[in-house]
Amino acid sequence: MSQAIVIGISDYKLAKGPEVLVTYALGSCVGVCLYDKVTKLGGLSHIMLPDSTNFSNKDINRKKFADTAIVDLVDEMKRAGCGNNRIVAKIAGGAQMFEVQPGSKLGAIGERNILCVKQVLSQLRIPILAEDTGLNFGRTQYFDLATGVMKIQSLNRRIEEF
Amino acid sequence: MFENYDELNEMQIDMLREIGNIGAGNAATALATILDEKVDMSVPSVRITGFDEAVANLGGAETMTVAVLVNFSGDAHGMIMFLLNVEDAKSIMDILVGEDDGEEGLSEMKISGIKEIGNILASSYVNAISALTGLTIEVSVPYVAIDMVGALMSVPIIEFGAIGDKLMFIEENFLGETNDLKSNMIMFAEINTLKTIMQKLGLEI
Repeated sequence: MSQAIVIGISDYKLAKGPEVLVTYALGSCVGVCLYDKVTKLGGLSHIMLPDSTNFSNKDINRKKFADTAIVDLVDEMKRAGCGNNRIVAKIAGGAQMFEVQPGSKLGAIGERNILCVKQVLSQLRIPILAEDTGLNFGRTQYFDLATGVMKIQSLNRRIEEF
Repeated sequence: MFENYDELNEMQIDMLREIGNIGAGNAATALATILDEKVDMSVPSVRITGFDEAVANLGGAETMTVAVLVNFSGDAHGMIMFLLNVEDAKSIMDILVGEDDGEEGLSEMKISGIKEIGNILASSYVNAISALTGLTIEVSVPYVAIDMVGALMSVPIIEFGAIGDKLMFIEENFLGETNDLKSNMIMFAEINTLKTIMQKLGLEI
């Protein structure tokens, strides 16, 4: 296996099996894996914020927000030959890293990221096959494009495969 | 007039470095008092970096780190993070308690001690800025977590990285002389807060 392709914060990449994609140390951000098992094409998107519409008057980085990044990645996958109804998703992240007081906006962002990712996927009719989200710890997310398996590594848990 | 962190000019960055110097100087004095040892402080660096670079500069995304987070609000809005590795956190608490309990890792008691130290340092930092500028700044209760530094940093990155693709923070390293303890203090502030502080200090923006 060659070295994994690294996806940074507010970025996504598209690749083909047997490549492996990885994004390190997701906290409140959400990593979205999209996959078409027929073509073995897939993408990983490291989403930082839920909704770009509050920032629409600025030049925004479309790879930062759930509502723009996922739509763009799906478009790219389709242009690369992924079947319309074959794309599936696996998601991870959206943790609450610090135990803040209830009602603090700091605590809610992970959850809002997860909700928005789910909404966008549902609008695009992309099923979520697996998720490892929420709670209070960081996750490194690997996505094996040969198999479509998502692997999650954390500091105090065993490696889990989804 | 700047709207993004990467539009700050040299003079403005110099002023931020001076603010870091004053804030962290106060925090270093507090740390020296707590540890009862001499604490050296680096020249503060004002960093304007991409998100990944900010994390890479802290030892790499997956490095296990103890972080104390404090929010400030009122006339100025921002966040202070106090970061150190688990071994140094343990050593600091051993110094304070006066013995090494021989335990692996950090007990609940030690974590809560580190949280309180982070709180004192962040408050000292903010008080210095407040005294300098005359701004009324309130400090939240401290929050503590131990995890991958990249995951911990996602919190300020999300908070201060919404507009633009750059993050601005003022960073200081503290070095305890006798016991070689290293820690790191990072201050993030909203763009509007930077403007307010600069105006208060008489800098044209």
